[in-house]
Amino acid sequence: MSDQLPAILLLAPLFGAMITGLVGVKDHRFCFPILVTSLSVSLACALALVFQVQTSGPVDYFFGGWTPERSPLGVGIQLRIDGINALVITVISVVALLTAFYSLRRIGEDNTEKTPQFYMLFQMLCVGLLGISVTADAFNLFVLVEVSSLTSYALVAMGSKPRGTLAAFNYLIMGTIGASLFLLGVGYLYMKTGTLNMAGIHEILLDPAIGHEPSVYVAFILILVGVWIKMAFFPLYGWLPNAYSYCPSTTSCLLAPLVTKVSVYMMIRVMLSIFGAEWVFQSLGWSVTVVWLAIFAILAGSLLALAQVELKKMFCYLIVAEVGYMVGGAWLASHWGMVGAIYHILADALMTLCLFLAGGIFAKQLGAERIDQLGGIFRRMPITATGFTVAALALIGVPPTAGFFSKWFLIRGGIESGQWGYVGALVISSLVNAVLFFRIFEIAFFGKNPPEGHGHGHDEEADPSSSAGQPTLFGQEARLTALVPLLITALLVVLLGVFHAPIVEIIQQALQDLPVVGVPTPPSDPTAAVNAIR
Amino acid sequence: MENVFPSSLPLWACLASLLAVPAIVLFRREPFLREGATFVAAFTKFAFVLAMIPIVTSGKVIEFTLIDGLAGVSAPIRFRVDGLGLLFALVASSLWIVTSLYAIGYMRGLKEHSQTRFFAFFAVSLSATLGVAFAGNLLTLYLFYEMLSLATWPLVTHHQDKEARGGGRTYLTYLLGTSIGFALPALIFTWVKSGGDLSFAGDAILASTDLGPAQGLILLLAFCFGFSKAGMMPFHSWLPGAMVAPTPVSALLHAVAVVKVGVFCVIRVFTAVFGVELLAELGVAIVISWIAAFTVITSSLIAMSQDSLKRRLAFSTIGQLSYIVLGVSLLSEHAVQGSMMHIAMHAFGKITLFFCAGAIFVASGKKYISQLDGLGRLMPFTLGAFAIGAMSVIGLPPTGGLLSKFYLVWGAAEAHQIALLVVFLISTVLNGVYFFPIVYRAFFRPIPADETPAEPGLREAPLACVLPLTLTAIGSVLLFFFPGLLLELTQLMTGAE
Repeated sequence: MSDQLPAILLLAPLFGAMITGLVGVKDHRFCFPILVTSLSVSLACALALVFQVQTSGPVDYFFGGWTPERSPLGVGIQLRIDGINALVITVISVVALLTAFYSLRRIGEDNTEKTPQFYMLFQMLCVGLLGISVTADAFNLFVLVEVSSLTSYALVAMGSKPRGTLAAFNYLIMGTIGASLFLLGVGYLYMKTGTLNMAGIHEILLDPAIGHEPSVYVAFILILVGVWIKMAFFPLYGWLPNAYSYCPSTTSCLLAPLVTKVSVYMMIRVMLSIFGAEWVFQSLGWSVTVVWLAIFAILAGSLLALAQVELKKMFCYLIVAEVGYMVGGAWLASHWGMVGAIYHILADALMTLCLFLAGGIFAKQLGAERIDQLGGIFRRMPITATGFTVAALALIGVPPTAGFFSKWFLIRGGIESGQWGYVGALVISSLVNAVLFFRIFEIAFFGKNPPEGHGHGHDEEADPSSSAGQPTLFGQEARLTALVPLLITALLVVLLGVFHAPIVEIIQQALQDLPVVGVPTPPSDPTAAVNAIR
Repeated sequence: MENVFPSSLPLWACLASLLAVPAIVLFRREPFLREGATFVAAFTKFAFVLAMIPIVTSGKVIEFTLIDGLAGVSAPIRFRVDGLGLLFALVASSLWIVTSLYAIGYMRGLKEHSQTRFFAFFAVSLSATLGVAFAGNLLTLYLFYEMLSLATWPLVTHHQDKEARGGGRTYLTYLLGTSIGFALPALIFTWVKSGGDLSFAGDAILASTDLGPAQGLILLLAFCFGFSKAGMMPFHSWLPGAMVAPTPVSALLHAVAVVKVGVFCVIRVFTAVFGVELLAELGVAIVISWIAAFTVITSSLIAMSQDSLKRRLAFSTIGQLSYIVLGVSLLSEHAVQGSMMHIAMHAFGKITLFFCAGAIFVASGKKYISQLDGLGRLMPFTLGAFAIGAMSVIGLPPTGGLLSKFYLVWGAAEAHQIALLVVFLISTVLNGVYFFPIVYRAFFRPIPADETPAEPGLREAPLACVLPLTLTAIGSVLLFFFPGLLLELTQLMTGAE
């Protein structure tokens, strides 16, 4: 049983989606239990896999028993789970499960008729994302990317807002371009190496005669740009803000934390497992260029977020900035940059979920979609506001939240590889986040127009909309199905920070097999700057 | 090798006030029980701190690791109580008791709104303050430093009006901006440079690294400006801005906890991060000395021009804080000792002054110095305590301020910095110039005709306001006669170097 865990991980939501299609359509009440069951099974598998990886090293699984012995060309589908993706699949299942609970009361309002369809897509998306994380096959990676992308186009389009359809169409066009580039790149690789297995490709590329051919460079760049579109890396982020802000709240809670983060994971996997760090950082030598792109992504995302008046739009631009964090960290060509990028995948998934859950609750309970409508949230909805505060502090990078430690690792990587621009961008972004969130806290605390003069002896709130009646502690608070996921997420954001040590240990163990540095570096390489500092 | 005494006392001392928060919120409809919770927490906290005195004075260092870090990955969250930390904790926790009493008198006297929120965040702030005092490494220090910035924001903006919003904005912009912008990168750079060591135990963190003077200077500036709670110019304007807060907040947080956390961090940076020897070798501390000296003189001059009593006190605080920074940057033994003592001496003096300002406001509604004519006759206790507090801040006998100032001046002579010694002396004169007119006005000017009370008698503030300020004034005097414990604790620090 336990050696079948990787398969069960994927099959549970896949079968869940099918059963939902068969049974759920007849009776909507079946949809939710099926969803929760399938996701719980996935989560259990993911946790078991983390444990298994930790005790006995990476887990290899060959679908249908197509082991390398039986298929010498490596056409069999291989799943490979090491420390990195074990953590990623855990976070995916956790986020999906929490969103599932959140959707229970929420989904009916968003699209009453299509609940079973929504839950089918929900589970198919999970299949796609989990599959991307565990596959060890370049072509399957493409297939699973398409599975997750197609479902997310549909999920975005399911909303009741008319602009959602247009946003979904835009997303579809951009996403398809990205997928096409990705496929083209994989095709080039197959042409050159004759295999699609990641480890197989890597082994063949180690031969300089093949590895240094122009077509391999072209393949890498095509794949890279394809993945960048999928993760909304600056300047290819155009589809994201509209797609995530005009879709139903449940959809955005599911997509925003996961899709971009899994794409970042995919980029790291391609860099480390297919091409290898030595090839990426030395043969290609784009490290400095990409880090500068990341710096622009961080600054642009932060500044654009500052310009937003809608809460969800602001969150979307924050995602753009956070993607910059991760891409920059991964391309620093330093061990700690990579650790930071991977840790931030986990941290940012939870932080983003926390933000979108809180935003969804505000929109539902208060009808507040703009920042200036959030007056008095601390008094009116103390629990939701607390969850929101935790997410905000994590994004600012206040210890001991997870956001602080990812910055800690990323900045350390930046200093070690001498990329001071990147360090500066991270600091500026933290400051901008502080401004962003304290602007909201201020509105929440003072209302829109605080009274002139000295506020002595006031017993009522400045905000007129909140002055009606004496509110109880849980006055306008949302239902428990929304609050519990939010609080769990907030707690996880803090716990991930407090207990970062075991997580980083797992990441570091995994990176021993996929070293970022450790190869002798030529003096022109940025990592040489480390020695200059010391 | 230092003598380590493992104990969870610092954790409990730190948590005592945090654990009171649920009780404070729970009793939000019962003001007496709510304030009871505050008092229980305050006394418990003080008791925990007191319990640590014998251990620390016996030459031991209390250590407690809350969360273990992974070697090479991150620093642990660790408490470590040495002489300096204990000194600061004693000051903060003892003054919290008095301030709680004062806060009750002040907040009820003015019928302030949202008192539950006020007392809850006050308790959180105290936890953060003790966390800074007991921090065993830079990471823990930074954690509680940030926690304090955030927890005091709702206190600063308590009135929730336009003025409070402005003050709150300035407050956070300066404190968060500098800590994230300067202190955090400096912290991580220190981590990288030292090969993964942030601990205050043993030798200074950077002592055995090949830090150059240029790098050293940038790092030192980043730390000193990064911990901008210390109020060094040009990052000082948050302090006058934060005077929009209710007076108990100004008193405890902006004369004692918050600002002292700032200088405490600076002292830690000098003594435990760089180490006095390394700084002497690099010769960069003199830059900080002159920035601090500039701040001392300039803020005193600005204080003279302020008519608002609280603002004058705020600028006086900025100057006094820079005394401490200046002292430690002189790097001589007695100057460092003087700096550490000044944390305590100034705390008692300045909190008295703020209490008086608040009491005057509660009793008469007056906020400006020009309105104080003859008030000493109506409020003799308050203005009498004000005179003592002012004497302590100026550094006149028989108040504690004289002792720390004496050590500072002695240290300046020891360091052969005659120019900086003169700065101390000029500043003392200036302190007198901006404090004595207030006392003179209150006691020697006649009461304006239109304000003469119909019937003779005192017009003091409620007892809950007057008692605390009397106590702290007595404390200032007592510190002059019985400075033994302070001297012992500071000698533990300088003797170890």
